[in-house]
Amino acid sequence: MNTLLAQSINLFAVVLLVLAFAMIAQRRILTLIHLFTLQGAALAAATLIVGYLTGQHHLYFSGVLTFVLKVVLIPILLHRVIDRLNVRWDVETLFNIPTTMLIGIVLVIFAFNLAAPIAGLSASVARGTLGIALACVLLSFLMMIVRAKAVPQVIGFLSMENGLFFAATAATSGMPMIVELGIAFDVLVGILILGVFMFQIREQFDSLDIRHLEKLKED
Amino acid sequence: MLVLDWILIVVAGWLALGFAGIAALRNTAFVARVLFPAGAVLAAALAGLAAAALAGTPETAVLALGLPDLPFHLRLDGLSAFFLLVIGATSVGISVFAAGYFRHGEGTPPGLMCLEYHLFLASMAMVVLADDAYAFMVMWETMALSSFFLVTANHRVPAIREAGFLYLLIAHIGAIGILLCFGVLQANTGDYTFANMRAQSLSPLWASAAFLLATLGFGAKAGILPLHVWLPEAHPAAPSPVSALMSAVMLKTAIYGLLRVSFDLLGAQQWWWGVLLLAVGLATALYGVVFSAVQTDMKRLLAYSSIENIGLLFVGIGLGVLFNAYGMKALSALALTAALYHVLAHAFFKSLLFLATGSVLHSTGERSLGKLGGLMRRMPWVAWLSLVGVLASSGLPPFSGFVSEWLLLQSFLFTTGLPDSFLNMMVPVLAAGIALVAALAGYTMVKFFGVIFLGQPREPKLADAHPASPLERAGLVWLGAGCVLLGLFPVAAIGLIDPVTQLLVGGGIAETVRANGWLLLSPSSPERASYSPLVFLLVVSVAVLLAVVLVRKFYHGRLRRAPAWDCGYPAQTARMQDSAEGFGQPIRQIFEPFFRMRRELPSPFDAKPHYRVTIEDHFWHWLYLPVARLTAGIARGVGRLQQGRIAIYLLYSFVTLMVLLLVVKS
Repeated sequence: MNTLLAQSINLFAVVLLVLAFAMIAQRRILTLIHLFTLQGAALAAATLIVGYLTGQHHLYFSGVLTFVLKVVLIPILLHRVIDRLNVRWDVETLFNIPTTMLIGIVLVIFAFNLAAPIAGLSASVARGTLGIALACVLLSFLMMIVRAKAVPQVIGFLSMENGLFFAATAATSGMPMIVELGIAFDVLVGILILGVFMFQIREQFDSLDIRHLEKLKED
Repeated sequence: MLVLDWILIVVAGWLALGFAGIAALRNTAFVARVLFPAGAVLAAALAGLAAAALAGTPETAVLALGLPDLPFHLRLDGLSAFFLLVIGATSVGISVFAAGYFRHGEGTPPGLMCLEYHLFLASMAMVVLADDAYAFMVMWETMALSSFFLVTANHRVPAIREAGFLYLLIAHIGAIGILLCFGVLQANTGDYTFANMRAQSLSPLWASAAFLLATLGFGAKAGILPLHVWLPEAHPAAPSPVSALMSAVMLKTAIYGLLRVSFDLLGAQQWWWGVLLLAVGLATALYGVVFSAVQTDMKRLLAYSSIENIGLLFVGIGLGVLFNAYGMKALSALALTAALYHVLAHAFFKSLLFLATGSVLHSTGERSLGKLGGLMRRMPWVAWLSLVGVLASSGLPPFSGFVSEWLLLQSFLFTTGLPDSFLNMMVPVLAAGIALVAALAGYTMVKFFGVIFLGQPREPKLADAHPASPLERAGLVWLGAGCVLLGLFPVAAIGLIDPVTQLLVGGGIAETVRANGWLLLSPSSPERASYSPLVFLLVVSVAVLLAVVLVRKFYHGRLRRAPAWDCGYPAQTARMQDSAEGFGQPIRQIFEPFFRMRRELPSPFDAKPHYRVTIEDHFWHWLYLPVARLTAGIARGVGRLQQGRIAIYLLYSFVTLMVLLLVVKS
């Protein structure tokens, strides 16, 4: 039973990684939000299982917190934002998806290479997944760089936080409770502020394309 | 209950008044007629408490404010009590004046002004009470920020915003110096209380480093050369009660800090510190007074005069350090007494003069000396009280300024006793410089008073000038009384200063002075030098009275009325009076190397000739502009990184992250 559960952690880790790749390739904003919700669910499940296996009960709490925040609250907020901004059915033209995917693969290899010595030091059951967590962070970062619209960038930012959270769980069985609460609160406030920004950008430029922000630079 | 507790209650009362002001944000009548007078009552209470605490034993307290495990330590000793006395006694007059001064519709709402003003007062009181570096810096910065907002009360005027920015910038440069000084003083023990700093004995090298940092830090706040540039900008920009408070009291907190660090926290002193302070002080005093003499804006003139007085204070402290370094306690106490007396005197006369310019400004709407004149008849109270301030400021007997400058020159006369032959030749030369400064200060004050109050009004609108309101007058009378009493009863005032010099150098001159009775002031022995202000006043009064009687009796007896000879001019107008520019012209000629002057002379055939002269500070071009250009150049270089594109910025972070990860891995 326990080996099965330990294996399932690896499974959820892989799900996270696949979802990160899917996000890079996804052009529809609505689907992007669905993918993000799924990623949150996988993360919550992985956290709960790690908590069960290691007997660290505060991980249950952070798993539930993750679920409430990343599967329920933030997706609802995002849905409301895209409704209000009227971009629900928007399709973004992306710059050369295969190239981006190839860069992503290079990043994953780099992340695994980087995580190998660190994972050896860790005693956690999920130590093998550290590389995946790091890869998730880098892939989300990549997504933020290549996207030109505001909403996908915000989702990239949130997904990066998912990767960090998973890394913390994988390497050290979670951060202290107070830090987790702080981060959860920060993410929530962050999404609110970014929502306001999106409305402002929209008001100013009649578009959510952040390339327009170049005009704000003074010479 | 300790005196310190009562003082804290006064400070809390100021804060409460400030927040009451916020509650009545736009109610000018309530703020001006209730809150400011209440602040004045608290200030009087503070002055009384401080006077009571002067000779008492030091009291300490720990306030549970601030960060966890880092409470505020407070300590009330002679030095802090003396400066509390200065703060309290001066701000009584300023608060009463402010009650009559602030009116409707001027920039910041009155309630907010009230908060900033009382916060400023409270933070100054707390600065001199602080007994650890943390509390000191917090209060010091509170003081800088609240005064910054007071200076920029009229923030819609761009020049005022610029003045405020310059002030804030230099205040922060100074704050860095002070912070580093405390860092050196704690000598790597990690304990930032002043008690610990006193216990440390630093090596001469580190002690000198701490002293230089303190001179830089407190000098920036006090306005010594070359960090003086904010003073002539910020003081005219601020409303007059605020300029008065800044010049009279805030500059003195810097003097307090310098005394606290160099005499109290640093143990042994080195002789060259004194020489440095003397040189810097004399240069500042000379520079300040020469610039003061050529100003045509009355508040700028006073601001430069403040620079001059700060220079004199530094000279006094420098002399004190010099004597103390050679173990001459009594002489060191004499020099310090002179400096502290000047602190008290300057606080009174400079706030009096700044407030008087405030009344003139309100009544005429003019700050330029060239457009004033003949206000003696329109505003007699302000004019006569300004005369008191002007005489005190020129260092003429029997007013307060004379006593301090006389004591300072007296202490110079003892420098021949210094064991170093080079010093005892050089230092008396500096005394000549002090005498020059005093003479030029007199010249400046003649210009200030003569152009504003004497002669004929230079503009027709001056005929509508209205006298100052009763509250304004009351404030001026309080400060004027201070100037007179400090001038007439120096022996009593030295009794107030004695505990401070006892604390700083372990010596005092009060006993020697008291031995001659309260009438005669003599710092060493009556054979050597003595001064009796009351006798002087009596003789002068009798002489003047006799002269008046004689002139009336004999001269006016043969009065003959006839058309005046008009020097060949067909008509004489008030514009033909000697102007501020004209009066300052000799100084502009003689001290030409001091200025960066641009003159535009009209051509002889010009129908409407204009004469313009602008005077700038060399330090702008030698020091500040090069630094500003360098900063702008570096910023431009960094600005090339700035593409304005979020993706590129993210890429910067991404690349940095990757490089760091690679470095960590290998």
